[in-house]
Amino acid sequence: MKHNVYVYIAVMAAVSFLIRVLPLTLIRKKIENRFLNSFLYYVPYVTLSVMTFPAILHATGSVWSGAAAFAAGILAAWFGFDLFKTAVTCCAVVAVLELILL
Amino acid sequence: MQKEKPAGRGRIYLQGVRDGVPIALGYFAVAFSLGIIAKKAGVTPFQGFLTSFLCNASAGEYAGFTLIGAGATYLETALTTLVTNARYFLMSCAESQRLHPKLALGHRLLIGFDLTDEIFGISIAQKGYIDPFYPYGAMTVAIPGWALGTMFGIIAGNILPVRAVNALGVALYGMFFAIIIPPARKQKFLAGLICVSFLLSWLFSVLPALSGIPEGTRTIVLTVVLSAAAALVCPRPAEDKTEETA
Repeated sequence: MKHNVYVYIAVMAAVSFLIRVLPLTLIRKKIENRFLNSFLYYVPYVTLSVMTFPAILHATGSVWSGAAAFAAGILAAWFGFDLFKTAVTCCAVVAVLELILL
Repeated sequence: MQKEKPAGRGRIYLQGVRDGVPIALGYFAVAFSLGIIAKKAGVTPFQGFLTSFLCNASAGEYAGFTLIGAGATYLETALTTLVTNARYFLMSCAESQRLHPKLALGHRLLIGFDLTDEIFGISIAQKGYIDPFYPYGAMTVAIPGWALGTMFGIIAGNILPVRAVNALGVALYGMFFAIIIPPARKQKFLAGLICVSFLLSWLFSVLPALSGIPEGTRTIVLTVVLSAAAALVCPRPAEDKTEETA
């Protein structure tokens, strides 16, 4: 069966909207359940980690430039680069390395 | 809070616009690389614009475009969007504590529409109750930056030399590092959890028995299992929970 891109977009938009709006509109007091709080706290970190690795290794022209971007991004963020600078650092590392490698 | 009359909605709105400009520039660049990924999935410039205008999510859209390219089911797409955007649920919980209890539903819906890591960050940094016109100002520049960036990424992604495309392809991951690494620096457990996540994700992608699992499903399963395990092993202190995610 052929999927329709607009249905995908509608699904993504609806879920993205609801997840952001439900707490804002429904929750007027603090969540008390400790397990739920902790679970929600860890979710973004695990998700983003899983999506980043090993995918980053295959995002460029060579596994090595991908691996270098991986290391550079972690170091940049570790040493306090903000979102934009960290992203630029990763790009720059790949650009320079691929000049040499490819 | 017993606040005096707001200092003027226009001024607060303009302040939001000003604080939103660097965010919009960063969004444009990152969205451009997202557009390159969208293009690979066969998404048109208009569809990319629409997706970014409506979803305002980096990781969620990245996962979504990947699934579109793979021809995943709608259910898988919904679940993955749910998981990749779960952090916004947390931020929304946090921000709900910072809105005036009597703030109208319409304002809450509109704030929620573009509750991103960055806009959440600058909003929560405001004093007292958040005046909705502050995030509105930031949204006014950030949303076009994000949506147009995606569109131009799809249009220009194939005009750019391969080398430039390869380089831009990692911008999104750079953004993810900027979200996950700084808190891990302060919390050893979190740093360990991230390493375990990297490792298991890699194992899932190479082990013969597991590598057949679709990427979206892998993300969901690992997220739920690892986050639940982390919550059991190292529950968060009851107090400080939400504030620091930005």
